[in-house]
Amino acid sequence: MAQTLYDKLWQSHEVAGEADGLALIYIDRMLIHEVSSPQAFAGMRERRMRPRRPAAHLAVADHAVPTRNRAQIADPQARAQVSLLASNCAAAGIEYLSLEDERQGIVHVIGPEQGFTLPGITLVCGDSHTATHGAFGALAFGIGTSEIECVLATQVLRQKRMRTMRVTIDGALPAGVAAKDVILTLIGAIGAAGAVGFAIEYAGAAVQAMSMEARMTLCNMTIEAGARIGLIAPDETTFAYLKGRPRAPDPLPIAAWQALASDADAVFDREVRLDAAQIAPMVSWGTSPDQVISVAEAVPDSALDQPLAYMGLERGQALSGLAIDRVFIGSCTNGRIEDLRAAAAIARGRKVAPGVGAIVVPGSGQVRAQAMREGLDRVFLDAGFEWREPGCSLCVAMNDDRLEPGQRCASTSNRNFEGRQGIGARTHLMSPAMAAAAAVTGHITDVRELLR
Amino acid sequence: MEPFTTLTARAAPLPQANIDTDIILPARFLLITEKRGLGQYAFFEWRSAGQFVLDDPRWQGAQILVAGENFGCGSSREHAPWALHDLGIHCIIAPSFGEIFRGNCLRNGMLPIVLADAEWRRAMASAEAAEVMTIDLAHQIIVLADGSTIAFVLPDAEREALLNGWDEIDGIIARYADRIDTFEDTQRRANPWLWQKEPNHG
Repeated sequence: MAQTLYDKLWQSHEVAGEADGLALIYIDRMLIHEVSSPQAFAGMRERRMRPRRPAAHLAVADHAVPTRNRAQIADPQARAQVSLLASNCAAAGIEYLSLEDERQGIVHVIGPEQGFTLPGITLVCGDSHTATHGAFGALAFGIGTSEIECVLATQVLRQKRMRTMRVTIDGALPAGVAAKDVILTLIGAIGAAGAVGFAIEYAGAAVQAMSMEARMTLCNMTIEAGARIGLIAPDETTFAYLKGRPRAPDPLPIAAWQALASDADAVFDREVRLDAAQIAPMVSWGTSPDQVISVAEAVPDSALDQPLAYMGLERGQALSGLAIDRVFIGSCTNGRIEDLRAAAAIARGRKVAPGVGAIVVPGSGQVRAQAMREGLDRVFLDAGFEWREPGCSLCVAMNDDRLEPGQRCASTSNRNFEGRQGIGARTHLMSPAMAAAAAVTGHITDVRELLR
Repeated sequence: MEPFTTLTARAAPLPQANIDTDIILPARFLLITEKRGLGQYAFFEWRSAGQFVLDDPRWQGAQILVAGENFGCGSSREHAPWALHDLGIHCIIAPSFGEIFRGNCLRNGMLPIVLADAEWRRAMASAEAAEVMTIDLAHQIIVLADGSTIAFVLPDAEREALLNGWDEIDGIIARYADRIDTFEDTQRRANPWLWQKEPNHG
């Protein structure tokens, strides 16, 4: 029987089937960070158990880490949490990348960078944006802390088999339109709960033409449509990205990986199609990622009172021209080298508008180093951006990077939830080029106007 | 895990759709490395603004939430169900849940019930009237204050685990340890590339 990519990944990792579509799934790899893991390690200690397969895990601190003055973390709670991760990993025999290591960065940036993320594997992390790794054709999904403990103890998870949804993006993206705009368009179209119960596979000419960085942006925000899993079949782009990565196998098992595609006659439970040529730069107006419009549109008449009040907006108000206070370029969604290049292309030769505070936070030490080799740090610094050390930063505001109440931010992150960037903070999600355009004009701007 | 069998308690309404786990437990409280004592931080911003239903005297002591679509979406933080549990919430009824949140509830002895629209509206009306309802997990029914019932379904494995308070890890090891060993041996032979380049420890 014809199978989807999801079916193949599921079947190749099923340890035991149970009733009602549940099964035990073998977990090949787990990424661990400081925020969701302490209680799992404590649970293992209470059980007097050691991890079944320590070498299957890779740990790094990202959420609570400062993006400047890193010699000693000022916040005692954050400092204790980061050092707890280091000591938990040392005791368990799990590899931990310290803040001093150039490989340190956001879990979803460093996994692929190290070749820890591979096609055909199962990969989990106590973080909802683990969908990112599906860009490689890995069955990757976010889990809770109890599940982290379960993987440490048993290397399996009890999971329910998802229904399948294929999102086909035909055609080619216009200039000034990025993967971020594609995923925001999809979330706006199907809603924040539109894919609950599904595993999504992205396909079509626009996806095939994307770099790995763009594919990761697309898969990353799948969770914002309600699905934990976003997949893309691996291809030559994937293999070229992985070749020579430290943890990638040598030689790459290309033949096995080429089989990781949905069969031509595979049937999906739901099909969605988007025309890439019709996609415009997108900006969120509300407090849920599906409250999103193209930059040329106005806040819809159907908008609810609560997000409008929180965001300080009115129905019918244009987003273009809306003044912003802060700009954040970074996160597991848009903190990779290609994102920094796109933002730098707009910042080059321009200045951050007076009164706007703009920061660039590379997704990893290696992204940061690569950007510096290309001189992107100079471009940003000359334009008046701050150039920071890697971490989650203003995407989750767990370190000292946060907005003041009422401040409005053009942000390349993934969530415009109430309070996400600080108490009372107002987040507008957009692409790196759009965020850079907002920085240099001081207001939300259609980046295509700056490309002319 | 403490068993969940039946629960008779007041229900409180949270009708908004897409209440995310950042609202349920703001990220700055994630620096806490304990599971217990998080209830004081639940819905912190809404409570600070005097907008939280459980602070309304009519719903004090509620142990059931009737929530809107996609409740618990967003971040995977298990701190969200830990905080709700600490507040005394043991059952949440919604049209749909954030999937990671739903799994996290089950692993903490909390019952997530999904209802279709018509039944959900009846439960919501009862919560808005601050009524007491009874949840009977073994029989998979909700008994409303007027004696009428609403049926719900939970997969067998999840229901049995809640009813018995089973520990998932103990259960997996007791029942499947051999099959996990066999799976690993088979995979190691079939896909040796998956076992390459692992750093050597201990």
